[in-house]
Amino acid sequence: MCISPAVGRDASLSMAVPPARTPSEARAALRDSASVGLGFVPLGVAFGVLVAHSGVDWWWASLSSALVYGGSFEFLLIGLVTAAVPLASVAVSAFLVNVRHVFYALSFPLDRVRSRLGKAYGTFALCDEAYALTAGEQARAWSGRRILWLQLFLHLYWAGGATAGALLGSLVPDRVQGLDFALTALFTVLALEAVRDRRRDLPTPALALLSALAARLLFPGGLLIAAFALFTAGLLVRHLTAKDRPRHA
Amino acid sequence: MPDTPYLVAAVLVSAAVTWALRALPFAVLGRLRASRTMGYLQSRMPAGIMVILVVYCLRDLPVTRTAVLAPLAALAVTVGVHLWRRNAPLSILAGTAVDIALASTVFAH
Repeated sequence: MCISPAVGRDASLSMAVPPARTPSEARAALRDSASVGLGFVPLGVAFGVLVAHSGVDWWWASLSSALVYGGSFEFLLIGLVTAAVPLASVAVSAFLVNVRHVFYALSFPLDRVRSRLGKAYGTFALCDEAYALTAGEQARAWSGRRILWLQLFLHLYWAGGATAGALLGSLVPDRVQGLDFALTALFTVLALEAVRDRRRDLPTPALALLSALAARLLFPGGLLIAAFALFTAGLLVRHLTAKDRPRHA
Repeated sequence: MPDTPYLVAAVLVSAAVTWALRALPFAVLGRLRASRTMGYLQSRMPAGIMVILVVYCLRDLPVTRTAVLAPLAALAVTVGVHLWRRNAPLSILAGTAVDIALASTVFAH
């Protein structure tokens, strides 16, 4: 937001600018995180309930959600550990499901985070939703501290939800289905918002949708990484051909 | 059930791989961020990546069974409520509630 010093003299305009006393970074981050939190808490609870129903001790849900902190992979990990697969297979699975995070380094604003410890935590807690929230139009002016607070809140929602779900899991009857839709709903809302931020650019979501559907048909086992690779390649081709068009046309 | 050392080791191995994937690319890609091509990708990737993640979540839809109606109805409610009120928590809660209600009752297996 651009506020000229002259604005203060005009009473009607000064109503439109934010108050000079801004709330603390932590409080702003808590507000920013609320929408994702409403997806994360039920999803964390769903993860914890699944852990409890699979017969693994409750503390494992807390440990996994705090240290791995990769939602979709953790759902998969429950199946892997209950089958006691070798640790090498666990590592390969973690790599395949989470390799999409490589793409987030392209635009996650880690350069706004100053301290080494902050940067370390910023990368550790770089989940899909932290990426989505900080990549949006509204996040351009967020400071490094506000980004880190946001990441910490998301981390707490997930770990807290998972712990609560694992402790209370035995109370939830097996026939309650559909808790995991919270993740789909969350990504749907984030997609709608991201598309709305660039409403003149419909070819981008269309290209992403085609990439995802093609990946679903051709590489069902590696949908995410195949779709991200196709989408990135498609964007690069579009960028290069758009640049060349004046010369070749 | 697997023993405790194995359960802890599986988490530590997963955490190490996941953190490496999140942290190491910054060292390599950091220098590329200033380029025009990277700027082009940066501005367009968020919308596309979210669309791909939605498809990923829906990848195992039981398209041949009537149970598919539960997530589809929930998806329609999520999108509809969000376009109507633009309130993310409300959209997420409404969609999830519809899915839990339908999947646990009408389409329970």
